Amino acid sequence: MALKLEQFEGNGTFHRGVHPPERKHFSADAPIEVIPTPKEVIIPLQQHIGAPSKPLVKPKQEVAYGDLIGDNEAFISAKLHSPIFGVVQKMAVTTLPNGRHVPAIRIKAKGRQFTDEENYRELMGGRWSKSVVGYDPDEVTRAINDAGIVGLGGAAFPTHVKIGPGKKPVDTLLVNGCECEPYLTADDRLMRDIPDTVISGSLLSRFAMGIRDIIIGIEENKPQAIASIRKAAAGTDIKIAILKTKYPQGSEKHLIKAVLNRVVPMGGLPADVGVAVSNVTTMTAVARAVIRSMPLTHRVVCVTGAGIVQPKNLLVPLGISYRELIKFCGGLTKDAARILSGGPMMGFSFSDLDMPLTKGTGGVTVLTHDDIKKEKETACLRCGRCVDVCPMNLVPARLAVASKHQDLTMAEKYKIRGCVECGCCAYVCPASLPLVQHIRVGKALIMASKTNK
Amino acid sequence: MSDTNLKKQSLPNKIKPDETGEAPVIQVGHSPHLSNESFTTRRMMIDVLIALLPVVGMSVYIFQLYAVKQMVICLVACLAAEAAFIKMRNKSFSLSDCSAAVTGIILGLSLPATAPWYVGVIASVVAIGIGKVIFGGLGMNLFNPAMVGRAFVMIAFAGLMAASGYESLHTGIDAITQATPLNAFKQMGISTSIKDLFFGLTNGSPGETSALACLVGGIYLCIRRTASWEIPAGIIAIVLIMGGLADLMGSASDWTVLHHLFSGSLLFGAFFIATDPVSSPLTAKGKFIFGAGIGFFIMILRFFSGYPEGVMFAVLLMNALTPLLNRWTIPAAMGE
Repeated sequence: MALKLEQFEGNGTFHRGVHPPERKHFSADAPIEVIPTPKEVIIPLQQHIGAPSKPLVKPKQEVAYGDLIGDNEAFISAKLHSPIFGVVQKMAVTTLPNGRHVPAIRIKAKGRQFTDEENYRELMGGRWSKSVVGYDPDEVTRAINDAGIVGLGGAAFPTHVKIGPGKKPVDTLLVNGCECEPYLTADDRLMRDIPDTVISGSLLSRFAMGIRDIIIGIEENKPQAIASIRKAAAGTDIKIAILKTKYPQGSEKHLIKAVLNRVVPMGGLPADVGVAVSNVTTMTAVARAVIRSMPLTHRVVCVTGAGIVQPKNLLVPLGISYRELIKFCGGLTKDAARILSGGPMMGFSFSDLDMPLTKGTGGVTVLTHDDIKKEKETACLRCGRCVDVCPMNLVPARLAVASKHQDLTMAEKYKIRGCVECGCCAYVCPASLPLVQHIRVGKALIMASKTNK
Repeated sequence: MSDTNLKKQSLPNKIKPDETGEAPVIQVGHSPHLSNESFTTRRMMIDVLIALLPVVGMSVYIFQLYAVKQMVICLVACLAAEAAFIKMRNKSFSLSDCSAAVTGIILGLSLPATAPWYVGVIASVVAIGIGKVIFGGLGMNLFNPAMVGRAFVMIAFAGLMAASGYESLHTGIDAITQATPLNAFKQMGISTSIKDLFFGLTNGSPGETSALACLVGGIYLCIRRTASWEIPAGIIAIVLIMGGLADLMGSASDWTVLHHLFSGSLLFGAFFIATDPVSSPLTAKGKFIFGAGIGFFIMILRFFSGYPEGVMFAVLLMNALTPLLNRWTIPAAMGE
């Protein structure tokens, strides 16, 4: 049974942060639909944190749905699978929205594909058992590794590493259903449409980790998701933490603080304070991998924003082009101005619609000219607004100045590595300064100076 | 936009125009892609101008044409100086951020209403030129521009700015044809009633006399968060503590802590001058220390210096310490 927030150590929120407009209404009421199988998919070899995958297929080779096409030789890496029936093409290099150029396997669809109904039934439909009887923890971890699952909330850290045996004792699995980015509704829809899969995956993950507690954190602006998850969790010992709606509540450090009142040390990981954080979408992939032996070939993506004719939540094969997604949602409106992979606070903007969708992307947001800022950059007034909102309690104005002047000593003194690039500072800046961008450059300069030494 | 336009056969990176010949123009940029448009530099400056309305109203009610004249002179001179200096530096025109207007009005409110026109003009040119432009313009100045201008004329035209500068008014209200309350007390030991100080029916610089008007405008600024409440809180707290201690020691029987709080430019300075974001620290802790430092210096100057008032010098002194305060108050990051 779900418990009230008073029963957690945290107070349901964190210090500072901002309240950007939520704008979830575009796609919040659109149930998850299946997109028809595309004619071609592009599977980049590096969609995750860690070493790139090693390709296992050659051009002209025929592959079936779910076939292993990329292997992980390193521990921190992930396997890749074909999401369609098709023929492998010549190796290509593709650019991802984050600007990285990576080699990729292209697969052209061939022969009969699964219909939308079949895909839905296999990936999301049917019953999802809440029992872990008959499984072995190592078997679950192996299934997660074999399925190529990575963190689907955005960071794309290989899940088998997080769930597998670690050096540090972990006592709580915190399932992240916050979805604090404006516009995005994929996690919300997942919790509303297939809550049993989320619960099932969470129970299996906990079983693999051999720990006691599971807490699912959801922001209070998703009452239907809360009700639906609560119903599905009935009869289990999963707790539900209802959190105040504030950006960036979905940042793992701030989620841990809000629910458990534990503070991840600077430069540390959640495991340092005995917590593993995983996204709700990742949990559905775990359930699929363990119960149905299905690899990670599809994910739920939200295509939204005022620049999209018909915003939708879609179940899509990985490697599909953004063009197909936008086309399926009626195309762009005339005043569309910026296409983002992700949400408006941390998403990457791009212009090449033929880029493929990767594992870590849960949203495509198209903003209009009215949405994106028009204010001209003016001088910093040192008003301290950025300091008032920084959830990491940094001084963004000073970090930006240090980065701009390449004063790396000062940047380190002001703890530049603590920045999570959430964008709160730049969102509130009255002078419209690109604070996050300056800080990113500063971080890159520090990285470069360290590798040179 | 029809489906065909998004198909691959169109140019790979561009979206083909639709039937009407209009295509969405896609731009790229860095995150975050949204911004809070309700709070901009310009809006901050307009907030200050709104908050100054009760103060301006009160000063016009009490000092009538004298106050109007002084404000108009300073406003026009500041805007003209800003325009001239921008032109000299070949920079783009920046009067629209209203910062020069704010400096002008604050300067006009802080000079004696009867000071001759050239005092206002010189103060304005120095405020903008030496107070701001010489450091690199808005956002780069170390000192509060209006106070730099005022300090200059205070020393250059000591006679016009000192006690006698406040005593030759011809308005309908009797109380204000006399010496300013702080001067009257410092020189003759005459105390003024708290009620007159609170409502502002006394002599002084046009902006400073009414404690009530300063409180109304100042609280608005703090609620809008254009001014950081930590600064006036620090000033008022220290003035209350030091004034209260002086009361307890019986050093000034007729001049109580409330006289200190409501007289001179204390509240005007606390809410409108010390809160200038550019010349005050960045962090909440730094701001409070900054305010407390101003309060401390005001009381020291009032108790022990030859000047009856100390707000201006206290603000300038603490402005000089701002970079140091910033360095001392780097907050502990989360997880540190």
